[in-house]
Amino acid sequence: MNIDSIQNGVVIDHISAGLGMRLYELLDLASLDASIALIKNVNSKKMGKKDIIKIDADILLNLDVIGFVDPDATVNIIKDGVLVEKRSIGMPETLTNVIKCKNPRCITSCEQELDHKFKLTDKDAKVYRCIYCETKA
Amino acid sequence: MRSVIDILDFSVAELDELISTALDIIENSKKYAHICEGKKLATLFFEPSTRTRLSFEAAMYELGGNVLGFSESNSSSAAKGESIADTAKTVSCYADIIAMRHPKEGAALVASNNATVPVINAGDGGHCHPTQTLADLLTIRRAKGGFNGLTVGLCGDLKFGRTVHSLINALSRYNNINFVLISPEELKLPSYVKKDVLQKNNIPYTQTTDLEAAMPSLDILYMTRVQRERFFNEEDYLRLKDSYILTPDKLKNAKPDLSILHPLPRVNEISVAIDNDPRACYFKQVLNGKYMRMALILKLLKEAGTI
Repeated sequence: MNIDSIQNGVVIDHISAGLGMRLYELLDLASLDASIALIKNVNSKKMGKKDIIKIDADILLNLDVIGFVDPDATVNIIKDGVLVEKRSIGMPETLTNVIKCKNPRCITSCEQELDHKFKLTDKDAKVYRCIYCETKA
Repeated sequence: MRSVIDILDFSVAELDELISTALDIIENSKKYAHICEGKKLATLFFEPSTRTRLSFEAAMYELGGNVLGFSESNSSSAAKGESIADTAKTVSCYADIIAMRHPKEGAALVASNNATVPVINAGDGGHCHPTQTLADLLTIRRAKGGFNGLTVGLCGDLKFGRTVHSLINALSRYNNINFVLISPEELKLPSYVKKDVLQKNNIPYTQTTDLEAAMPSLDILYMTRVQRERFFNEEDYLRLKDSYILTPDKLKNAKPDLSILHPLPRVNEISVAIDNDPRACYFKQVLNGKYMRMALILKLLKEAGTI
């Protein structure tokens, strides 16, 4: 399969196989007016299989979203066809308006203007909890 | 600005300080009778309550202060759709401290993020109820002289019971506490409380559905009500509501110095025949709640520089 290399944009690499689509959705890439490739199940020496997202646009991504979905993913910034920066992400300590609290008893279910905020409470188990009601994300 | 949302907002040293203040209030009530003169407590109760609201009000009056507020959301601007944030900002203009109860979890945190005076969480749905825990702690302290080495039985709705979660959090920080978790299968303590609090701190606990079998080992028996308002499904509530009813017969094998606590209101989970048993502590708990709220109001107003 051939995907053109990009001139100015971002490549999210080393996404665990299967998580690419979730990342695509949470980053709201569908609303972006740019060439985007989501490549699933790419063979990888290190990971076996991986997903890759290529975005042919010079945009600022919400790194917290990437760190939440897959802290092991890497972000490569491409300028004039050259890799100028490679970033590891890691898990963000807090998440704001990335996901919504699903607890119907949570205050965020009725106070519409409130930010949906989550805090990393267990790094090993990758557990985020709502700061208001402590429900697990 | 210091607010109190969760019992874990306090260190063990601060809890001990609050208990010491409460004990001093009990011994020397006159010393405290005018300490909050000219200060106002706002009680914002978006959900019905008898004990907690009246306890806060009595506490403030006994400190010489005044009280304003509402006792149901229909009599506030919440009925017109006002947000908690706006309510908290508004009430901060009228009062020196706020006690708030709300049916939604996290409501008190929202209020504290927006108020310019201290906010005390007087219960936010099934989440936290720190001042009930303060009442529980003073009751245990007065009955047992301390907290270390106790076997504490928690019985009833351990799933939705916010008082249970808060009490486990608070007691877990003392030494050699042993918990016996007594509940129907459907109302067991949530796994995150077991994992994050009990297992993380290597605190021994057993789970059982059999209250009578657990009874002989207990120093404290903390009974709870199965709360109708926490169920989405009425059938589940009806099936589970009478799971445990404490009667004199069931106390046959209990220790003579057992202390029976209940956050109240009770429906039928403790027989009235037990009320005169010296081991019944639940009405003492109500009184202790007032003393601890007095101590808490004092602490927060002092820290805010209001008194």
